[in-house]
Amino acid sequence: MTKKVLIADDEPNIVISLEFLLRREGFEVLVAVDGEEALAKARAERPDLVLLDVMMPKMNGFDVCQALRADPGLAAMRILMLTAKGRDTEVSKGLDLGADAYVTKPFSTKDLVVQVRSLLGV
Amino acid sequence: MNFPRRFVFAAAAVGLFLLALVAAVVGLMQAGRAEDTMSFGDRVAAITMVTAFACVLAFAALRELYARYVQGSLRLAEEAGALAAHSGVRIGDYAAAELCAVGQAINQLAGVRDALEGDVAGRVREARASLEEERSRLAALMADLDQSVIVCNLDGRILLYNQRARDELSGPAEAGSAELLGLGRSIYTVFDRSLIAHALERLQPGAGDHAGPTGGAQFVTVTRSGRLLRAHMSAVSAAAASDGEVAGESSGKSASDAALTGFVLILDDITAENERDARRDALIQSLTEGGRGPLGNIRAAAETLSDFADMAPEQRERFLGVIRDEARVLSQHLENAANAFSNDLRVRWPLEEMLGAELVAAALRRIGERCPIVGRIEALDESIWLRIDSFGLLQALSFLAARLYDEYGIRDVRLALSRGGRLAQLDLVWIGTSMNNETAMTWELDSMNSGGETSPLSVRDVVDRCNGEIWFQRERASHRAYFRILLPIAEAPKEAARGKEPARQGSRPEFYDFDLFRRSAASQQLDDRPLAELSYTVFDTETTGLDPSGGDEIIQIGATRIVNRRLLGHEYLDQLVDPQRALSPESIAIHGITPDLLVGQPTIATVLPAFHAFCADTVLVAHNAAFDMRFLQLKEASLGVRFEQPVLDTLLLSAVLHPNQEMHRLEAIAERLGVSVIGRHTALGDAMVTAEVFLKMLPLLAAMGIHTLRQAREASERTFHARLRY
Repeated sequence: MTKKVLIADDEPNIVISLEFLLRREGFEVLVAVDGEEALAKARAERPDLVLLDVMMPKMNGFDVCQALRADPGLAAMRILMLTAKGRDTEVSKGLDLGADAYVTKPFSTKDLVVQVRSLLGV
Repeated sequence: MNFPRRFVFAAAAVGLFLLALVAAVVGLMQAGRAEDTMSFGDRVAAITMVTAFACVLAFAALRELYARYVQGSLRLAEEAGALAAHSGVRIGDYAAAELCAVGQAINQLAGVRDALEGDVAGRVREARASLEEERSRLAALMADLDQSVIVCNLDGRILLYNQRARDELSGPAEAGSAELLGLGRSIYTVFDRSLIAHALERLQPGAGDHAGPTGGAQFVTVTRSGRLLRAHMSAVSAAAASDGEVAGESSGKSASDAALTGFVLILDDITAENERDARRDALIQSLTEGGRGPLGNIRAAAETLSDFADMAPEQRERFLGVIRDEARVLSQHLENAANAFSNDLRVRWPLEEMLGAELVAAALRRIGERCPIVGRIEALDESIWLRIDSFGLLQALSFLAARLYDEYGIRDVRLALSRGGRLAQLDLVWIGTSMNNETAMTWELDSMNSGGETSPLSVRDVVDRCNGEIWFQRERASHRAYFRILLPIAEAPKEAARGKEPARQGSRPEFYDFDLFRRSAASQQLDDRPLAELSYTVFDTETTGLDPSGGDEIIQIGATRIVNRRLLGHEYLDQLVDPQRALSPESIAIHGITPDLLVGQPTIATVLPAFHAFCADTVLVAHNAAFDMRFLQLKEASLGVRFEQPVLDTLLLSAVLHPNQEMHRLEAIAERLGVSVIGRHTALGDAMVTAEVFLKMLPLLAAMGIHTLRQAREASERTFHARLRY
């Protein structure tokens, strides 16, 4: 069965690469460009994994993560947070809020793909 | 037994005298019996005469002896008593040699004692002089410190402060010229009480851990004018304070059991530093965090491109577009950051005042050190002071000279410093080959890299930083060329010209009073405290007229302070007040304040609260105080300040001291007490005279048994009523 991945990031320049990579990996890819859209799509489409950027308009990644984790029906959903801020405090905040992994920009695309695969158990 | 010769003579004389007397009596008796030539009566008469003669002789001898020895001894005792009481007195000569000898012995003793006394007095003088010298040195040191220093006793009363502290902590300018900082004033008007208390707690021995008082405590606070201060507090220990000395930190001997008697505050204004740090933090953050996003995009795109070389051309073009976009964003970002950073570079180079001649001499030295160039002075105006970044300017001059040598082989340059209007012209002159204007421009704009020294700044940057201009010019006919740097001329720094000192003050301003260490809690009832111990605000007002309830207003307040019997002439308030009404010509004739002087001055609504703060915790003193107090009290309700301090009136005190004098005008009293009067009929001038008069009165009052504030007030009241009755 094809795994479904939601990319939530407001920067088209990173979405291009992420979308291309994940499609190449054979995943079904959805894109959301702000926090609210991300939450709506995650609830409606129930993706297997969300790539969640922290700095987004309308609703930031932390809040989206928290809202998703508050929904027991989505417990199986994996969340990988992406951020341009590399502070330790933020990393542990993300993990404490229920993210499964945390990746700081700039990242290696190979590593990211490996991480996504392992989170999805592929 | 050995008898002195005088004793033997005296004994022999007494023996011979008795022998002669007995012989005479016996002779007379025998003469009668043998020839019967004398009757019985005649014989008795003769014997009586002989006896009487002997008595007279004996009396004379005894009187002489009494005068010599008994009276002499008594006189000697008196003289010795006087000698004991007053040094310098000596015992005179005596008829009796023995008493003379005793006198000399006493004189010798007195001589030894006087020498000892002189010695002790000399030592006391020496010790006092050296103490005074140390204090002067301390005061001088404090005055020159770049940090603010304040010393307080445990009550928070200020014992010492320096000029810097005064400048930094004085209230906002618009609140009149009121001083918050002053000897004997409370530090709590400047700093929050709990802040100080908390810092003190950390200083107190035994508080917290066993370590006792460490080097001190730190805190950061904001002043009323919004400046950020970092304060370092250190302890003053009891032992040091009882000697009347300040012992900076109580480290060293038995610091842990010495009780605190006060503290030293060292203050740094970190406002600018803090702002700079904040900017630098923001810069670093924008460089790291701001760079991550674009860099992440570029990396992802680049890796995708290289990993999937088989992608479609339009797909490839999109990825290349991402890389181009993001690289541009990142470049711009870096550029902005670098600009922000170079602004901060400028901030770190403060301008300093420098004598122009010194700059020229240093520049010549520096040019000669870098290259085999002979530097000369072409013209020099020695009176010019400059406000410059001297290091940068020296670098710029030697950079230009080195470049002249490197590129054109110029070995002979000259410096000229002259005045051109309100600007200084600093010229670097040479004769011979020179460049065109474009080349000169690039020299001005290039980073200064020469002789192994590199600087991110250009000559132009340095000149800009000094608020100057630079250009290149040449005179073709004479083959003379020069770089001219125009710089603003600075005022020659005045010797210790800091703040406005009234002329009345003596040699140096008195910013300290260690005797305050000995003072007990401020809360003590003022009434029963000795007059000599109190702090006073002596003030005077000038007004539009004599009738406050009829609408006359204050137009000037002058005040100064007395602490521990010292007039603190540099702690003063001198403020004109806009009365918001017309001045009468008669009043102008008295105080000489014309309406144009009052334009733009603050109104009483601003000045009176400032004055109220100035006289906090002090006793008010004024001449004919009732008049001034009436003006103040009429404003109390509307301005929300109350003058509840005790008030002393030099007019009434003068009447207490000299009840038989007719005149109690300030001039008359001043003349009586030997106070010279200068600058009368300015509020501050009169306040100063009043203060000096008041100080002269204190010992006279003490001689009348008036020692405390209560006694002074009661005596004043009595004369006041006495005067009313007439």
